[in-house]
Amino acid sequence: MTMNNHGRPTSPDHVPSDRNVETVSGSRGLLQHEGLIFEVGTPETTGVDLPKPKNRTGRLGGVARKKGTGLPGLSEPQAVRHYMRLSQKNYAIDLGLFPLGSCTMKHNPRLNEKLARLPGFADIHPLQPQATVQGALELIDELATWLKTLTGMPAVAMSPKAGAHGEFCGMMAIRQALIARGEGETRKRVLVPASAHGTNPATAVQCGFVVDEIKANERGRVNMDQLREKLHNADDIAGIMLTNPNTCGLFESDIREIADLIHEAGGYFYCDGANFNAIVGRVRPGDLGVDAMHINLHKTFSTPHGGGGPGSGPTVLSEALAPYAPVPFVVKDEDGVFRLVEDVEGDASESFGRMVAFHGQMGMFVRALTYILSHGADGLKQASEDAVLNANYIQARLKSVMTPAFDGYCMHEALFSDAFTAEGIETIDIAKSLIDEGYHPMTMYFPLVVHGAMLIEPTESESKAELDRFCDSLESIARRAAQGDDTLKGAPYLAPMRRLDETKAARKPILKWVEANADSVAAE
Amino acid sequence: MRYLPLSPEDRAEMLDVIGAKSVDEFYADVPEAARLKGTIEGLPNHQGELAVERHLSKLAAKNRSASSGPFFVGAGAYQHHVPATVDMIIQRSEFLTTYTPYQPEIAQGTLQTLFEFQTQVAAMTAMDVANASMYDGSTACAEAAIMATRVTRRKKVILSGGLHPHYAAATKMVCEAQGFEVVQLPVAIDDENALAEAVDDATACVIGQSPNVFGTVTDLSKSADAAHEKGALLVSVFTEAVSLGLVTPPGEMGADIAVGEGQSIGNGLSFGGPYVGLFACTQKLVRQMPGRLCGETEDADGKRGFVLTLSTREQHIRRDKATSNICTNSGLCALAFTAHMTLLGGKGLEQMALLNHEAACDLADALDEIDGVEILTPRFFNEFAFRTPMDAEAVLAMLDEAGVVGGVRASRLFPEGHMGDMILCAATECTTPEDIAAYAAALKEII
Repeated sequence: MTMNNHGRPTSPDHVPSDRNVETVSGSRGLLQHEGLIFEVGTPETTGVDLPKPKNRTGRLGGVARKKGTGLPGLSEPQAVRHYMRLSQKNYAIDLGLFPLGSCTMKHNPRLNEKLARLPGFADIHPLQPQATVQGALELIDELATWLKTLTGMPAVAMSPKAGAHGEFCGMMAIRQALIARGEGETRKRVLVPASAHGTNPATAVQCGFVVDEIKANERGRVNMDQLREKLHNADDIAGIMLTNPNTCGLFESDIREIADLIHEAGGYFYCDGANFNAIVGRVRPGDLGVDAMHINLHKTFSTPHGGGGPGSGPTVLSEALAPYAPVPFVVKDEDGVFRLVEDVEGDASESFGRMVAFHGQMGMFVRALTYILSHGADGLKQASEDAVLNANYIQARLKSVMTPAFDGYCMHEALFSDAFTAEGIETIDIAKSLIDEGYHPMTMYFPLVVHGAMLIEPTESESKAELDRFCDSLESIARRAAQGDDTLKGAPYLAPMRRLDETKAARKPILKWVEANADSVAAE
Repeated sequence: MRYLPLSPEDRAEMLDVIGAKSVDEFYADVPEAARLKGTIEGLPNHQGELAVERHLSKLAAKNRSASSGPFFVGAGAYQHHVPATVDMIIQRSEFLTTYTPYQPEIAQGTLQTLFEFQTQVAAMTAMDVANASMYDGSTACAEAAIMATRVTRRKKVILSGGLHPHYAAATKMVCEAQGFEVVQLPVAIDDENALAEAVDDATACVIGQSPNVFGTVTDLSKSADAAHEKGALLVSVFTEAVSLGLVTPPGEMGADIAVGEGQSIGNGLSFGGPYVGLFACTQKLVRQMPGRLCGETEDADGKRGFVLTLSTREQHIRRDKATSNICTNSGLCALAFTAHMTLLGGKGLEQMALLNHEAACDLADALDEIDGVEILTPRFFNEFAFRTPMDAEAVLAMLDEAGVVGGVRASRLFPEGHMGDMILCAATECTTPEDIAAYAAALKEII
């Protein structure tokens, strides 16, 4: 052992490193153990210094809470540590490649966060006088203009709160258009491909439609023979809900014909815009015959996913559907003053109504506009092309060891089936093994039309070096999967937790902390 | 372009590996007629941070922020102080830039905060269980109505006259699309329990609000009892989550479903969004709930952990038979909510609620002293309606000139309600005695 002149060892001893170190604290080095706030805090603690109230409840009329919430509080340092420690157990884009197909986990620019926090955007009330929020209305109008330009559509509804809410908006506009035509009761059938996101059929039903599923062909696109058959002499068609590029990561090559067929059958074309990020600057959905399409600002325009939201789903509408757009919306009067149309009357007399309180996800609008202006015309197009290039690169690098679901190039995501795996090795084993390699898994078991699907979307935010490292890892896992390496089934080994028991969670759900749970845990 | 790491050399090398000449080959399936020629019309090329910031800052400067002077607007969104810690927490990369926690082994941070959030919301509403959030209060209300029709297999939904009109409109739209009947009771400042008389054997649920849109607080127990007697559910709505610290919560009134807006805790005004919808219900209805739920379980080593659970209710599993089409929720806003609540604790929430109530009492006292002002809300938490002999829009415009944002005119929310003289106003812990004095002085001058 080497020592310095104070007697402190300055080089390590050779102790074997493979032993399983158990700790008293439950922490493991930088990964700190952290209990629930109900175990850490006390009901007497508060981390906020408020003035002392006078305990005056005179105007409540006795409608007062009987029993306190009993909720614990934490002092500020405790609270900061609580969330800091928990944050260390999350994977994030800022940490590494997050190849969740269909989810578009691209870089979230920090400028967008900064500008969304300007008091002129973050600290204004949705119902304060419109003269005092002209800049906010102008921003909504400006973003709306770019969304219309990028999609080649004449109108956009800004209020939908997320993608599925945008689907709801578009399908309600279709419903209203059919009612206006006097066919609201007779046209109830909506065609939805089997590969669609689950939100599509769920949305159609929520609008009172009946879902009729269409199959994919051997190229992963809509089966045109079946589509023609379903539309033949049909007078009950309300429309089709089609994702394009589709959930197999492919562009629907027959899309113009699909649009024509639907229109000839008297229906409307709803396009799920979840994958718009592959074609921005290269294709305008308006040129494809689309009647309505939501845009996930949290995918294509990079507003942060935030661990599951908030999203934002502005929905572009064709000339045919524009009159039925929901309230509220912003109009610019001739004198340059921006005005909100909030009621179903006047400019909005044909509107299908109101979907939500207030005007949409302003915080997300600021971020999306910042993204669009930062990228500009050249950057947006380059971003789409890089996203598609990156996906094709991954497909090319892995096609010899994994099984591409379909022949040919893909768009922004590469889809593989589990055909290459040895018996007993499942898609989930490959996904969980990626965690040990330091990556978030790909989307697994979706789309449903491909067995054991693995959908990989790298986005444009990855460098070639990062892609190569990822491909090296996945290639190695895929080889082990093909050889039937059983150790994959125990993965992850190096994550904050091993695989969790979802069956147990669902059988007898524990959905909140209660004192008794803690006792039983302690007793075990 | 600062956001794109690939160099031209990288791109060429990658095309080589792929065996393609250019990216155009990847777009070969796009019909010729739909290929965009040239650049995007009217949009300049990429810009640096400084240029973009300059443009957006100009727009922001045209708006008047709530904190810049005396501010009394409520009616569904509220100005509150959010501790600095909350914004620091939600800007942590690990929370901000992660996805829905579908891979629980590397998402325990998000999952544990959701479990804590659900526990806090259940305790605050005095309900058995809460979900992991909805888009906002209004969509949560609409979802509650649909859930009630599913639970009772009935088709009629009754809305109180004090329900926020945006919530009523959103609920009506969703219900009618699915063929359910919606009965809207006459708009009233203080008649929430009219629901008790209106409920019948065909009713799926009655929906009441306390504090309601006029600020009136009401014990809805009578409506709950009447609803239960007819086999219907009570949906109890709130738009001001801070009220839960002081006012009788839904669970103490016998509500079956409680829904509301959580913006007040942890989330700024942000011109109406993003906000966070709170959704809670009784234990026996849990499998009919919309939205994500986080539950406790164990990992392969027997360690406690959390996962998303009961997903067989949801669209990604059940598709057309799902309880809702909701997918993305308000994750980060829920984190802001739970972080603020963790700082407050039950004690802090109660204190904050008292401060809100007292500020509103002081405001009402000050306005009440002015000749011509009539306070219309009989019992309130932190907002109330009042009337003057003048047109409300004119009054608010003159208040604005005096530097006071005095509230919302009732006619903006109820255009057909003949409420041209009525103003809805709110006070919170942000309201100072000086703000109140300025309001009273300006109003006295005007009328």
